[in-house]
Amino acid sequence: MTIRKKLVVIGNGMAPGRALERLLEKAPDAYEITIFNAEPRVNYDRIMLSPVLSGEKSYEDILIHDDAWYAEHGLTLKKGCKATAIDREKKQVTGADGSVVDYDKLLIATGSSPFIIPIPGKDLDGVLTYRDLDDVEAMLEAAKSGGSAVVIGGGLLGLEAAAGLKERGMDVTVLHLMPTLMERQLDTAAGYLLERAIEARGIKVRTAANTHEIIGEDRVEGVRLDDGTELPADIVVMAVGIRPNGDLARDAGLEVNRGIVVDDAMQTSDPDILAVGECVEHRGTAYGLVAPLYEMAAVVADRLQDGSATYTGSVTSTRLKVTGIDLFSAGDFAEGKDREEIVLRDATNGVYKRLVIQEDKLIGIVLYGDTKDGAWFFQLMRDGASIEEMRETLIFGQNYAGGSPLDPTAAVAALPDDAEICGCNGVCKSKIVGAITEHGLTSLDEVRARTKASASCGSCTGLVEQLMAFTLGDGFVPDAVQPMCGCTDLSHDDVRRLIVAKELKSIPAVMQELEWKTSCGCAKCRPALNFYLVADWPGEYEDDYQSRYINERVHANIQKDGTYSVVPRMWGGMTSSQELRAIADVVDKFGIPSVKVTGGQRIDLLGVPKENLPAVWADLNAAGMVSGHAYAKGLRTVKTCVGTDWCRFGTQDSTGLGVKIEKMMWGSWTPHKVKMAVSGCPRNCAEATCKDIGVICVDSGYELHVGGAAGMHIKGTEVMCSVETEAEALEYCAAVVQLYREQGRYLERIYKWMDRVGLDAIREQVVEDEAKRTALFEKFLYSQRFAQKDPWAERVAGKDAHEFAPMNRIAMREAAE
Amino acid sequence: MNELSPTSTEPKAQHWFTIGRLSDIPRRGARQVLLPRGPIAVFRTQTDEVYAIDDKCPHKGGPLSQGIVHDGAVTCPLHNWVIDLQTGDAMGADQGCVRTYEVRKDADGLVSVSLSGGSGKTE
Repeated sequence: MTIRKKLVVIGNGMAPGRALERLLEKAPDAYEITIFNAEPRVNYDRIMLSPVLSGEKSYEDILIHDDAWYAEHGLTLKKGCKATAIDREKKQVTGADGSVVDYDKLLIATGSSPFIIPIPGKDLDGVLTYRDLDDVEAMLEAAKSGGSAVVIGGGLLGLEAAAGLKERGMDVTVLHLMPTLMERQLDTAAGYLLERAIEARGIKVRTAANTHEIIGEDRVEGVRLDDGTELPADIVVMAVGIRPNGDLARDAGLEVNRGIVVDDAMQTSDPDILAVGECVEHRGTAYGLVAPLYEMAAVVADRLQDGSATYTGSVTSTRLKVTGIDLFSAGDFAEGKDREEIVLRDATNGVYKRLVIQEDKLIGIVLYGDTKDGAWFFQLMRDGASIEEMRETLIFGQNYAGGSPLDPTAAVAALPDDAEICGCNGVCKSKIVGAITEHGLTSLDEVRARTKASASCGSCTGLVEQLMAFTLGDGFVPDAVQPMCGCTDLSHDDVRRLIVAKELKSIPAVMQELEWKTSCGCAKCRPALNFYLVADWPGEYEDDYQSRYINERVHANIQKDGTYSVVPRMWGGMTSSQELRAIADVVDKFGIPSVKVTGGQRIDLLGVPKENLPAVWADLNAAGMVSGHAYAKGLRTVKTCVGTDWCRFGTQDSTGLGVKIEKMMWGSWTPHKVKMAVSGCPRNCAEATCKDIGVICVDSGYELHVGGAAGMHIKGTEVMCSVETEAEALEYCAAVVQLYREQGRYLERIYKWMDRVGLDAIREQVVEDEAKRTALFEKFLYSQRFAQKDPWAERVAGKDAHEFAPMNRIAMREAAE
Repeated sequence: MNELSPTSTEPKAQHWFTIGRLSDIPRRGARQVLLPRGPIAVFRTQTDEVYAIDDKCPHKGGPLSQGIVHDGAVTCPLHNWVIDLQTGDAMGADQGCVRTYEVRKDADGLVSVSLSGGSGKTE
């Protein structure tokens, strides 16, 4: 027998465990093996920590190699003994117990450490990570007495930890820095569904939440967020990511970047030292999932037998191990011009599937709710198989693959008579077909009226129309519904109705529940959805900044040269010497090229570079001026004449009323811009009869006008009603604006809305129905509580600072290189 | 949990300028990087793809960095031209093209841009 070579392994996790297993299978006697293991345990399955935490499994269940295995193969396992140094000259490893072991080959598998966010309180008792069995035991101990847990990190580990702690009876909140849970693995739509499912388990989720500090004296008492919110906590679990452990290798002079650098042979910069697992960086990538680690381990085992196997990187997939939540993602699911996507959404069953295809090959997969085809898709992706032949039916999964593409009408024809078409109202196919033939129905509205099919949530509208096409043949002419944009077949009205009916409170929620055809919308639908949600859910919906047009993002008007114009508010068109002086000073200080008096009775400062905006606003704010919202789909101006203050014909205090209206309405968001005016007498010097809403003061009170325009179309207002008091004038104006906010389609001016719904309908709701008017008025005032914040002051104080400074500059010399 | 896209190897001649971190750019948003010859716009999509193109719409020179970013495209704030971020081509019926630049992200989230490579058309 030849003298056996010596192999030393540093680390006893799953990757070296698998490598040794493979090595011992093929060449049981090739090496004399010593393992340094910092943990006082044998090799166990870390992937299964979550089931241990939730109570579905025990430690014994998740052992991979027990003590007997090490003994049987003659391995020396130094439990609880950390390797402290590698001497590459002498080829020796030193352990924490002072022992020194010689090696011919060394395998480093030091794994990774949880990343600890460097915030105050991170070292308090009760702050845990989620990495090994010690962590799980600490969590279980804490969970015994109930209480609250805060999990920082809404990634795979964080969510599994949260689910486990909840299962153990704790009150759990997950904090996630990004707006979407598991944003590395999921797109927004799937992230939305996941968040909903997590919340349905009674776990609170806070996205876009930045932890400021962990509070407590000796022990954790709570967590404070950047926005000042405090959450009580008996334990805090940090699960924000891992970093490869490369220190030992670095100290030994091996090449270490983010992880220990290895080549395709899993060899480090020293030919006698290999590395495997989470401590490794291969071709710039560090892996934290088990599948790649096992692939690496196989290569290591082969190389230790002088084989020539190579590791060329892994395509990885992710599954969340939380019972009852089906989620699968793999590959690259970013958009690109040369890529196409196939999206299937089934709102009723909470299913979302998205496949990304490039050059007839599957390159990205996101599945939520129904993941049974995950493995099949993943195989297609890894094989780089051409999907050209099955493109039409690919998304339906393996069972449909290879079948002929479905003709929608044929598919409907093939449905049995008792197939349920409308789930909301329980209407089956035969009932619809019967009603169509019996009553000679030809329009969708008639079918809805007769059968109630598609009359509630509307998501089966397409199916009902196909059924009509199938029954009526050429006699069916579908209703010319103008869809919102290419991302959906639904009209603006349908979308608005469904937002309220289904209580949709975020853009991803709308896109999922209403089965959007694109993953993140377009420049047409996003601003519209953002407005609808702002209008329908005041105080609840969080404005989506990136779905706003640039003017509403930076609170100024973009000009043809990319500079901006700034219009401070002048209430009712009134100003003062002090304001004018401040404006003049701003113009001089910032060298503003043009100053213009606008048609809305205020002053426009044109040609301000974007980076100067906050400083310009700061000076205007200091003089008491706020944003005039001259850029907003919202209230612009309330123009006035001087009324009874000065005018010999004035009948009422038109200036005062204009100022009051403007103070009540500023900051409100509307479908399109709203311009108003108050004239003190029928001579109408404030031109109130071509405004969206105008007030003409008369001796007996106030004439309220709506639906004028003086833009692309010239249109005089129509008189809605007359009221006697100023208070009534205010209430009616607010009520009509609120009705417009609720019914108007995005970018539809008041006059177009009025043409569509009819002045009578507006009168009925605002004038004749007192209860409705009061409700509208109250809703308007309620939503103003959230809308009336001066956007300039907010930005002077630092909000959206990134918007007003370039990311970087590259100087002439460098750029010329 | 911890996947990072491999960084591509680049020809030796190419010089990469580190311009900041991925987190400096808002999702579905853009930032400007100023150059002596005019700004370039660096975009970050919903799915964290990063693209750099001249910050100048081929139509009337509008600052594309100020547009709404949707999927892999941006809509110009001046007249609603839609520009494909990867190729720089105007989409739909509009004809025009804007210069693109190669961008890379490294493992630590640093974003770099190459000013020598790229062109109006990407191969």
